[in-house]
Amino acid sequence: MSGHDSKYFSTTKKGEIPELKEELNSQYKDKRKDAVKKVIAAMTVGKDVSSLFTDVVNCMQTENLELKKLVYLYLINYAKSQPDLAILAVNTFVKDSQDPNPLIRALAVRTMGCIRVDKITEYLCDPLQRCLKDDDPYVRKTAAICVAKLYDINAELVEDRGFLDALKDLISDNNPMVVANAVAALAEIQENSSRPIFEITSHTLSKLLTALNECTEWGQVFILDALSKYKAADAREAENIVERVTPRLQHANCAVVLSAVKMILQQMELITSTDVVRNLCKKMAPPLVTLLSAEPEIQYVALRNINLIVQRRPTILAHEIKVFFCKYNDPIYVKMEKLEIMIKLASDRNIDQVLLEFKEYATEVDVDFVRKAVRAIGRCAIKLERAAERCISVLLELIKIKVNYVVQEAIIVIKDIFRRYPNTYESIIATLCESLDTLDEPEAKASMIWIIGEYAERIDNADELLESFLESFPEEPAQVQLQLLTATVKLFLKKPTEGPQQMIQVVLNNATVETDNPDLRDRAYIYWRLLSTDPEAAKDVVLAEKPVISDDSNQLDPSLLDELLANIATLSSVYHKPPDAFVTRVKTAQRTEEDDYPDGSETGYSESPSHAVDSGASPPATSTNAPYAAARQPSPVSPAQVPDLLGDLVGLDNDNSNNAIVSIDQPTVPAGPPLPVLLPASSGQGLQISAQLIRRDGQIFYSLLFENNSQIPLDGFMIQFNKNTFGVAAAGPLQVPQLLPGTSARTLLPMVLFQNIAPGPPSTLLQVAVKNNQQPVWYFNDKFSLLVFFTEDGRIERSTFLETWKSLPDSNEVSKDFQGIVVNSVETTLDRLTSSNMFFIAKRKHANQEVLYLSAKIPRGIPFLIELTAAVGIPGLKCAIKTPSPEIAPLFFEAIEILLKS
Amino acid sequence: MPVAASAIYFLNLRGDVLINRTYRDDVGGNMVDAFRINIMQTKELGTCPVRQIGGCSFFYMRISNVYIVIVVSSNANVACAFKFVVEAVTLFKSYFGGAFDEDAIRNNFVLIYELLDEIMDFGYPQNLSPEILKLYITQEGVRSPFSSKPSDKPVPNATLQVTGAVGWRREGLVYKKNEVFLDIVESVNLLMSSKGSVLRCDVTGKILMKCFLSGMPDLKLGLNDKIGLEKESQLKSRPSKSGKTIELDDVTFHQCVNLTRFNSEKTVSFVPPDGEFELMKYRITEGVNLPFRVLPTIKELGRTRMEINVKVKSVFGAKMFALGVVIKIPVPKQTAKTSFQVTSGRAKYNAAIDCLVWKIRKFPGQTEPTLSAEVELISTMAEKKSWTKPPIEMEFQVPMFTASGLRVRFLKVWEKSGYNTVEWVRYITKGGSYEIRC
Repeated sequence: MSGHDSKYFSTTKKGEIPELKEELNSQYKDKRKDAVKKVIAAMTVGKDVSSLFTDVVNCMQTENLELKKLVYLYLINYAKSQPDLAILAVNTFVKDSQDPNPLIRALAVRTMGCIRVDKITEYLCDPLQRCLKDDDPYVRKTAAICVAKLYDINAELVEDRGFLDALKDLISDNNPMVVANAVAALAEIQENSSRPIFEITSHTLSKLLTALNECTEWGQVFILDALSKYKAADAREAENIVERVTPRLQHANCAVVLSAVKMILQQMELITSTDVVRNLCKKMAPPLVTLLSAEPEIQYVALRNINLIVQRRPTILAHEIKVFFCKYNDPIYVKMEKLEIMIKLASDRNIDQVLLEFKEYATEVDVDFVRKAVRAIGRCAIKLERAAERCISVLLELIKIKVNYVVQEAIIVIKDIFRRYPNTYESIIATLCESLDTLDEPEAKASMIWIIGEYAERIDNADELLESFLESFPEEPAQVQLQLLTATVKLFLKKPTEGPQQMIQVVLNNATVETDNPDLRDRAYIYWRLLSTDPEAAKDVVLAEKPVISDDSNQLDPSLLDELLANIATLSSVYHKPPDAFVTRVKTAQRTEEDDYPDGSETGYSESPSHAVDSGASPPATSTNAPYAAARQPSPVSPAQVPDLLGDLVGLDNDNSNNAIVSIDQPTVPAGPPLPVLLPASSGQGLQISAQLIRRDGQIFYSLLFENNSQIPLDGFMIQFNKNTFGVAAAGPLQVPQLLPGTSARTLLPMVLFQNIAPGPPSTLLQVAVKNNQQPVWYFNDKFSLLVFFTEDGRIERSTFLETWKSLPDSNEVSKDFQGIVVNSVETTLDRLTSSNMFFIAKRKHANQEVLYLSAKIPRGIPFLIELTAAVGIPGLKCAIKTPSPEIAPLFFEAIEILLKS
Repeated sequence: MPVAASAIYFLNLRGDVLINRTYRDDVGGNMVDAFRINIMQTKELGTCPVRQIGGCSFFYMRISNVYIVIVVSSNANVACAFKFVVEAVTLFKSYFGGAFDEDAIRNNFVLIYELLDEIMDFGYPQNLSPEILKLYITQEGVRSPFSSKPSDKPVPNATLQVTGAVGWRREGLVYKKNEVFLDIVESVNLLMSSKGSVLRCDVTGKILMKCFLSGMPDLKLGLNDKIGLEKESQLKSRPSKSGKTIELDDVTFHQCVNLTRFNSEKTVSFVPPDGEFELMKYRITEGVNLPFRVLPTIKELGRTRMEINVKVKSVFGAKMFALGVVIKIPVPKQTAKTSFQVTSGRAKYNAAIDCLVWKIRKFPGQTEPTLSAEVELISTMAEKKSWTKPPIEMEFQVPMFTASGLRVRFLKVWEKSGYNTVEWVRYITKGGSYEIRC
């Protein structure tokens, strides 16, 4: 059977709208219904039928459910454009929400929530309140979602009318679907609020785990996703949770399976017993493999997630590499992902089989896939030392097929293999040279030229080979030009004969006078200067030993991986980017004053994070091939300072702005300087709390002072920290004795990091909630200084410093001028910096300015390379830093300003 | 956030909107244009099913001649979104009587709007069971276009059933004859290297069930799988009977199966939905009986001639036979002329897919027909470049045969009225992706 609705799409020739208007006002029900269908059909194909608003709304009061639904659909689409007329519908909505038929009650509430017109929202509250307590579970489950809708429109209204509490009550509802929808709504509200609204206690946990058994597949997803944020107290609790979640792995719904996997992986972090972990890994493998027999689109999502999972727990799928072998008819996006995972799972045990597969793929039709397969062979060679020789021989076989793009790709990866295993496989260079004239891609050309330059002494006709490229020097892309320049210099240094000498003249001329490319020109000038002043030094620089490379391409940073694993099954896990890198929605709830960042530092985080993985096909290790050995000194030379009078004035004004926080350089001792008051007695009903985050003996503490100025004894103090940039949280319970009126207590609360990391731009805001048995919960804001996180092991070797500085792209460099700071003595400044775990590395003079280089590290080993430029005794300090996490730079500047000003 | 969608679009192949429904306010109404311009009209189509354009992300699937596109702007649950689309299509098919294409959508757009309103709320998937939805979403227009009576007959406790613990079965079913049909359908997937070694081989099976049972019956299914049998003998403390047992790598169940019970007792117990549904899926990699072996030899004689010999051996029982066997043997694009001999069935050259297609309608067990072909190629000016050889593919069906050896040992039905049931079991093995490289 099939419907015949298509007739509604056929349009009458002239005057469609007036005709519809007439039909909508017809006295016959059927004619009216047909007319509404025509209106909806017109709306679907994109015609503007908003002018019929009044006429359609007039059809709303009907006994016919189908017609009513159509009118509601119309309302959802057009109410926003006709807010004044939308009010006409309110009466019917309110009436419907009290209809004896639960389907109509639910329909009314569901639709009202979708109409985002302020006037309607006001009228929604009363029906919603009723429906949340409706006898019928169908109405309650609809009302639960409606609270989330209302929160999205008007969060305050939801809080004022007590809907949040009503929603929390629904978690204990006896109907599993109501529970599931309430959980979904609460989780969404929590995500958009910075206040703790929906906190999962061990009590709700067990209730929800029970509901898991009874609710629909989608409900299970809602619950699992909400519970995956729960932090178990200890290994035992984690094991219990996992035990109750593992049966979900057998569910036919892929979303349930992935959410269960997410939750199990989260809890596994806490489980210490290796047996349990091994067992869990064993249990997770089959369901993950089964996902690969679903629809290709679902396979793709599964594969992107598996990619993350094997990075954290390689054992799970270590024996399943065969399931990732590509089928001939797999869509290309599935093949590409499978290939990526095969590389990750390749080991000495399975490499022979894997190589056979790669070789097979290298003869397929899709060029991108073929290229990736060839690269995969090279990456395996770099990853597995013992298999390198076999990989090379496969590559040589492929080169012999003489398919152009295969050859070029092979040369690119062979160059990396040479880098990884120097002086091992050079015997194949002759074979490579045979394909020289077929190369037409810049990367392949550059790679080949690099090989010739690097091994010039072993290639008899290296000069001829290079010369053949030189003719077209001006037309080559920059990548090739740079390689040609370096290779020629290498050749000359290795074979300082007449031929190469002439070549070098030509190249240097081309690369200096005839080019607009500053990179090329600068490099050429450096070589030129080196060669003309001290050829031996040139040798040391150009032919220096290169650091060993490894295949870390497409390997994610551990902290990013953590975040992505917590987001399994979501978009974030598919893009391999943290959610805030692509979700631009602004939180509706509180914005803090922290949103204002110091000027001039926005550049640091307006860009997407540097570790974002854009494509699985990003070239491996190729960035390491360019021998930038010439640059021995840190390249950034701070420009002479330009006095900025306006800045001076502003700087003076700023003097006191941040001094609410006591300077950090003197570690606070409990009896030491006063802590900043965060909760004054006036707003804490007599309780005053002063606190500050401090660092002592390599540990972070929250130093707290409680003063009881109230009339009653206070006891049972507890503390909670909201999500924050560094995930600072209490390591244990707060230990404060009973406080009699008029007494005070000091305590040091040990803290841990990376517990509940808040997404969004880094901020020093720390939101704290403290409660006791007698008073309401107190919320207050604290600001911490980044210096607290600088670890004692932040000292970096001079050479490491240089290397790190070079290896970071320029976009990771952020600088800021502090006009208000005067450096009176280099020594005292250094002392002060050292006491805050910023360690001195080197210093040089630049004109009348001192340039200091320092290093510091924050936990997880993220280094900060610091360059301070100042003239002694003259106001003004320029601070430049380079770090893998430039987004933290504003916090750094804020902290250093406070430190050096006082 | 388990939100699955902010908006959903159904587009035809030209990119016209057939149906669209916006669930959340965070995506603009014109996002579909972005999809059309940046994905549909470019080569990007088909390269990746999840894409970001501006602040929005798009997930899309093509089903027959329709693109279903989901738009979100938050960190949505992609797995949930795709599964929702798959299930929604199943639901629509069950309403339209099988077909899902552009015409079916146009002809049922009112119904689809109504269903879309019901199965997803604010981006959260709700109940998608056809069985239950049909209780209260009915389109009288679907059945008889000329009837005009309002269909407002009250549906008693429909709402309770939507949200109930057994959200997939309605109460009060009565059948004169209580019957259960079980179909065990297995697909054998094989990837064999040109040297004849098995690279990958597995069986994905599913148990399809058709239930015509009265009341609220409790069912229990027993298979000859190793873990289930061991658990059973352990519980009854008697040694398990000898006989073939098989090891299931993984099983997934329809939502009606009690997973907690399966986990603890290894029994498959459930209250089935009414009518047809997929009870479980399983995967087996150990001890697979391959029904066919394919032995190809391809010789390139010079630049313009090839000789192809393919022998196919059936290795199941002599009394059984396979149906609808199709063997596709790839040949180069520049094939000019082919000639062949087959000892059974018929073969022809299909230039559209560059294959020799060899069909054998009925293929008895323990036989080995052969095909020998000679292929002449147009000599091309192109430099000698080795031909990229797709694998030989094979399709078949073998009734009353399971490649895994899986057997149903029992199916028990309990219902409080204590009626008798008749159970029917069928087995069939199909070729899944059966590829032999050459």
